[in-house]
Amino acid sequence: MPTVKFTSNLKRFYPNLAPLRVKGNTVAEILKEVEANHAGLRDYIVDENGVLRKHVNIFIGNDMVSDRQTLQDTLAENDEVYIMQALSGG
Amino acid sequence: MAQNLLLFGTRKGLVTYHQKNNGNWEYRDTQFLGAPVSIASYDQNTGTYWAFLDHGHWGCKLHRSKDGKNWEELEAPKYPEGEEIKEGIPASTKLLWAFSNGGSDRPGTVYIGTEPGGLFKSTDNGDSFELVRGLWDHPSRKTQWFGGGRDHPGIHSILVDPKDSDHIYIGISCAGVFETLDGGANWHPMNHGLQAEFLPDPSSEIGQDPHLVDWCKANPKVMWQQNHCGIYRTVDGGANWADISQPEGPANFGFAIAAHETDPEVAWVVPGVSDEMRVAVDNALCVCRTEDGGKTWKALRKGLPQSAVFDITYRHALALQGEKLAFGTTTGNAYMSMNNGDSWQTLNTNLPMVHSVEFAVVD
Repeated sequence: MPTVKFTSNLKRFYPNLAPLRVKGNTVAEILKEVEANHAGLRDYIVDENGVLRKHVNIFIGNDMVSDRQTLQDTLAENDEVYIMQALSGG
Repeated sequence: MAQNLLLFGTRKGLVTYHQKNNGNWEYRDTQFLGAPVSIASYDQNTGTYWAFLDHGHWGCKLHRSKDGKNWEELEAPKYPEGEEIKEGIPASTKLLWAFSNGGSDRPGTVYIGTEPGGLFKSTDNGDSFELVRGLWDHPSRKTQWFGGGRDHPGIHSILVDPKDSDHIYIGISCAGVFETLDGGANWHPMNHGLQAEFLPDPSSEIGQDPHLVDWCKANPKVMWQQNHCGIYRTVDGGANWADISQPEGPANFGFAIAAHETDPEVAWVVPGVSDEMRVAVDNALCVCRTEDGGKTWKALRKGLPQSAVFDITYRHALALQGEKLAFGTTTGNAYMSMNNGDSWQTLNTNLPMVHSVEFAVVD
């Protein structure tokens, strides 16, 4: 199962946030699992259309996801997924 | 015992002042430190505090509280799947920009206005929201509404008739003023007399840019708007608007306007230099008041800085309660008047940028 790791900035809203091992073949699928573990957290990462928020990045390993609209990048069994705050504003 | 509060929605949190027994105002606390608060409000109907957050990274968030200190995050209004701002552009909530309760006879009904132009209604005090379809499906929306200063059209003004909660006006930048008489099922524009200098047809019924709309609560047929293109007033509930700007200023361009609660001849604005500059007029700060329905304006400057001033006052950042006025500015200054604006005292010169100011009387 892939592991999801979160920027520490999200601990401001979810203080108990820790790396999660979740089922899923795509980033979109693992976000559903993230939401199941932390109600409301998905809203911080994507908007109501499932589009990645402008200033949020998701990496699979060292690679930034290529599909920010529908998050269909696929995941392998041992991938690590990083949900990061984009650097913006200097 | 009732307490007077002053709520500042700022770029770095909700800053609250309270009035002490000796009448002076004092800083109380900051909630949501570091988070931009687009609107901070208190609903007298239910004794609920509201804070609309605009996290740059994490989206718009909605919080409510019973004491102004312990907050609960609610699901913010969302656009239903498949909705579009324009053809091919999916709708999503960009900003929570206006708040009103639904009338004193309907405690727990609240409205939220958003960018990109959707009005949302809750009848369970925010536990759930529904898009007001009658407005969202208005035939003018996709083709004639557009953003002014922001990327998409936004609802900044919501006025619920104190005598009829099904009678509501909203103000949209840029579309204009719309009215419903049936609780939101049907809406029609009320922009006759407005002049949009930025449109090929300045008197177009749709596409006007009210910056804020307010009314005389005791006589709500008298409405006022600070518009992108001047100041306007109507005495017939929005059927006809008259330009009441001072041609040579300073009462002309600006964002905020406050209408006297009982006297339909009186209103206040905080002027700025027009759109391409957005600074205080003549580098000095003043509030302008009319006492004759806009025929004449008086610039009130006593106690306000008169040199090296750059402040602009955003649309929700001028508040009125009886004879008290308060406003906060883009450069973090806040001022209070206890006498209708005749004189001012400085509350703070070190606030973050101020988005909204509201008086609240709480238990």
